[in-house]
This record gives sequence, structure tokens and C-alpha cells, in this order.
Amino acid sequence: MKFKTYLLFFGLCGSFIFYSCSKSNSSDSDNYTPTPLTVEIPAIFQQLLPPPTIPQNNPLTEEGVLLGKKLFYDPILSGDGTQACASCHLQANSFTDPNRFSVGIDGSIGTRNAMPIFNVAWSINQKFFWDGRAINLEDQALQPVTNPIEMNNTWPQAVASLQATEEYPVLFNQAFGTTTITKELVAKAIAQFERTLITGNAPFDQYLQGNTNAVSQQVINGFTIFMDPERGDCFHCHGSDTNPLWTDNIFHNNGMDETFTDRGLGDITGDPLDFGKFKTPSLRNLAFTAPYMHDGRFETLDEVINHYSEGLVYSETIDPLMKFVSDGGIHLTPQEKSDLKAFLLSLSDNQFTTNPAFQNPN
Amino acid sequence: MKKIALFLIASVLLLSCSDNDNNPPANYTVNFKFTQNWDGSNFTAADFGAFNFTNAHGETLSITKLRYLISRIVLQRTSGELVPIDGYNLVDVSDPTTLTFTANQQIEAGDFNKISFVYGFNQADNQDGAYPDLNAANWNWPSQLGGGYHFMQFEGKYLDNAGAQQPFAYHNGTAKVSDGVFEQNYVSFDFNTDFSINNNGDIEIKMNIAEWFKNPNLWDLNTLNVTLMPNYQAQKMMQENASTVFSIGEITTSN
Repeated sequence: MKFKTYLLFFGLCGSFIFYSCSKSNSSDSDNYTPTPLTVEIPAIFQQLLPPPTIPQNNPLTEEGVLLGKKLFYDPILSGDGTQACASCHLQANSFTDPNRFSVGIDGSIGTRNAMPIFNVAWSINQKFFWDGRAINLEDQALQPVTNPIEMNNTWPQAVASLQATEEYPVLFNQAFGTTTITKELVAKAIAQFERTLITGNAPFDQYLQGNTNAVSQQVINGFTIFMDPERGDCFHCHGSDTNPLWTDNIFHNNGMDETFTDRGLGDITGDPLDFGKFKTPSLRNLAFTAPYMHDGRFETLDEVINHYSEGLVYSETIDPLMKFVSDGGIHLTPQEKSDLKAFLLSLSDNQFTTNPAFQNPN
Repeated sequence: MKKIALFLIASVLLLSCSDNDNNPPANYTVNFKFTQNWDGSNFTAADFGAFNFTNAHGETLSITKLRYLISRIVLQRTSGELVPIDGYNLVDVSDPTTLTFTANQQIEAGDFNKISFVYGFNQADNQDGAYPDLNAANWNWPSQLGGGYHFMQFEGKYLDNAGAQQPFAYHNGTAKVSDGVFEQNYVSFDFNTDFSINNNGDIEIKMNIAEWFKNPNLWDLNTLNVTLMPNYQAQKMMQENASTVFSIGEITTSN
């Protein structure tokens, strides 16, 4: 029933927005309505989570998502026409970059690992990037195009490039009822596509849905460690059997550095209390998202687990949930680490990284 | 003629009466305002991170997070009728939108003499995964500790005897007695308070944060700081200390 409700909601919003757009932007498409999109919400999300956050001014439509996917994969948005969003957000890697730092069109190298993109409609505070500098997904989609170390373009140039093609004005008209392309509409289309990147059918999801054969006993042991405040205590930031996002979507200093070369959230808020804090990433699809942490410093999950177990270092803003920091952490046994790793890998959804619906349409 | 006059007068009177009876009763919107203080000094998000507080045991501390759950708010009329307020409120001091909880029903005017609520969830309400917004807020309490939800996450740092900053995570929820054996740990509050509702307005629910550390159990952060969730004694001490934490503040629901 919830699923049907979402569809109805998308449909109503879609109709409304099209009506608004058609009134203001195009006189020859007043009778045109983009098609409300049917998106499949994973069963465990329907059971445990609120409906996805879809802005009223950017409902999901089939035409909007198709356009967004095409834009996501098209290097036309970059300054020299060589780089697309998908260049650094690869589906095979759950829409992150397997390289520690992504390389921009000019060969510039960033300082952070590209964030994976999935389940973004459930990012409860709608703050995006490791440092939370984007206030919604549309805002996020605007930024890499003009970032000098990424696509290094200007929006007027990017829009002009799109406008000069034969196909894009048609596609924008189909999606938004206007052939006049704007950066805002580009961002809306990309955000629509990104909101369809939903993953929630990993083996551990199946286990939680009642398939007891979906995971091994070692995975279950690892989950117990994950939930144990005296051992893993991972759930305070990384979700649980009742929070299938596997993230709290907020910002923490997880004890990586004594001093900060990258202040993360603190550079955005200017608040010293936020120095060294970064957005908690979801634990979904870890099998595909190496390297790990905001700066990709850990190549393996073993290194990540070792960090929390015995590698914590103190700094003033370290989260109080990081315990026994003077000893480096809680010191899990090798068996506990192995079990925890098995559990973490059980949150990886192979169907997501091979789903044809998300592949390059160009 | 007299009969006709009497009939007319009676009709007018009846009409008037029926008009009065058909007037909908006056209903008003009531907001519950959650405020925090440290022994009377207001505490807001602007105070996070400042080592400005000393608990009853003598530790200087700063607070970095304060979230708590209030449910089953009930207003009692002087007639004895109960007016339950739907829903619950997860207060997050870092998020101003959570500091006001607006009843989603209009409340009929009248005189009241009691305000009740539950700190946390009672046993019937405290069901694993039952509340999607709380799930997404990562508010759950592990099933191996009894499940359901946290009642409070109160975190920060204190200065140990050497002056070094040490973490504390005063998290409260269901108490684990032993493996598979759990004890309810919520607290029900009844405040006898005379007030009227004849206007839209606010009812303030105050939390004195300092009380978590002093009454009846003097709290020593040097020994009780982290990993308190599976600690039965600590959980019951929190429940006992909750008794003096909350009070009713300003009420602005009458002219």
C-alpha cells in the first residue's frame, strides 16, 4: 500500500509541476504531461523507513530520469568534453571511484574519495558531500561541473553546449515542458536519476526479511559484534536491523587524525567544534566501494576495522562514541574482526552494480 | 393572539438556544516547547562543546549531543477528562525544529489541572522498528539489550583528574538484567498544574540537565562514562535520576 501511495504522490506532483512549467515556459506544450515514474522501493525500506524525500518542485518522471541518466553519462558537461559524472561515479563501484582521488579534466587531483551515490532520497538531512556543503541533491549536482579540479566548466558554457545539440532541447521539453535549457533543469534531471539509484536487496536484507539461508552463521556473529556496545558499537553511526540505510547521515570525527589537513564540515560551518567531521557513509555495497574513508586512505576493509579496533587517535572534536582512544580502541580479536568483516560484506547488493536501468544510455 | 405571541417568543428562544448549541466549541492549537537548562541557566545548541558546566560530583564537562524522547503527553481537565496528545517527539537540541512539538489536534477550551508524559516509550510503545522516522534517525536500542528505542543520548566530554578530556555517552533505554532478561526503564511524569486553554499557545517542558548527575544518585563520570547501555546499574540510576529532571515551565494558552 505504501508503494502505491508513493506512486500516487509522484504522479500528483509530476502533474502539478508540469502544469507549472508549461504555464511559465512553453506555450506549445500546455497539454503535455511527463509520465510519473514508477520506482520500486525495497521491501525492507517500505517496512522500516519513511517515504523517500522527493522535492515537490522536482518529482520523478520517466522523461526526467531518462534525461538525467543521459546527462550523468555525457562528458558534454565538462570543460573539454572529456569527463562525465559517471567518470568518477562508476556503477560497477556503486557509483564511487575506485581511485583514491579522482582526477579532473586538467589532471588536477582532488583530496577526497568520490562519495558513492545510492539511496540519496533517504538522506534525512539532505546534506551532501563529505563536508555537507550541498543543501540538497540538486545543489550537489550543480557543483562538480564548475569545480576547477573536477569538470572545470562554466554553467553558461555547459548550458550552451547542451542547447546547441539537436537532441537535448527535445529531451528537456519532454522532461520539463521547455526547450530552454538552464543549469537548474540540468541539476533537476540529474537529481531525478540519482534518486532512482536505490539499493536494498543485499543478502543481509534477505536475511532480515526472513530468509535464514541468505547469510552464514559468521555473518550473524559479525552482526552481533556490530550491535554490541562493548565490542563493535558500530550501530550508533551506521544503522542497524531497524535502520536499513546503514548510516545516520550525519557528521562525525571518527578518530583518524590528531591534526587536520582537511577540516571537513568545519570548513563549511566555520565552527571549530565541526573540525575534522565528515558525513557517515552507508555500509551498503562495501564490496565495491574501496578505498574507504573520506580521503580513501584505507584500501581494504581490514584496514578500516583495524582503525576502529586499535588505530583511533585523539583530537579535540573526536566523537565521544569513539571509546578507549588512549589504547587506540576496543581491540577486537582476530575472530571478531573476521566475523565483522563477513557481516559488512553481506550488505553488498550485486544486482545494484549490474542493473541495466542504471547503465550508460549513450 | 396570546397563544400566537407565546409561540413566536418560544420559537425565537428555541432558535437562539439551538443556535448556541450548534456553535462549535472553541478549539485551540497547543505547542509543547522543550527547553533545557543547567540548574536554571538556559542551555542551547550554542553551548555545545563549552566546558562551562560542573556536575554535582565535581567534574567539569562539555556537552556535544543531547537528544531525548517524550511520548504520551496527556492533558487532564478539571472534570477529570483526559486529553491525550497524539504522537511523540524526539528532541534534538542541535535541531531547533524539534524543540517545538505541535499537537496535531485542536484542543477544546477549558480548565486543566494536570500534565502527564512519558520520558522514553512505555513497554507497549517501545517496539523494535515500529517508527520509521525514529529508524531513519538511528534511534534504535539494540535487541540484545531489550530492543525498541533509545530514550536519551546525552554525550560530551569531562575533564579527568589529570585534566585530560575523556568522553561520556549517557545513553538511556531498556535495562538488561541478564541475557534475554530485560527491565522497563521509562519514567511516567504527572505534574499537577492549574491552567486554562482559551487561546493558541505554548506549554513549556523543561529539562534540568544537571539533575541527571545528582538526584538521588550522585554520578561520578570517572567511573560511569562510556559503555553504559549494557550496564544494568547505570541504566537504573539514570531512571531514578530522571525523576527530578523534568518540570513544567511557562504556559501561554490563556489570555
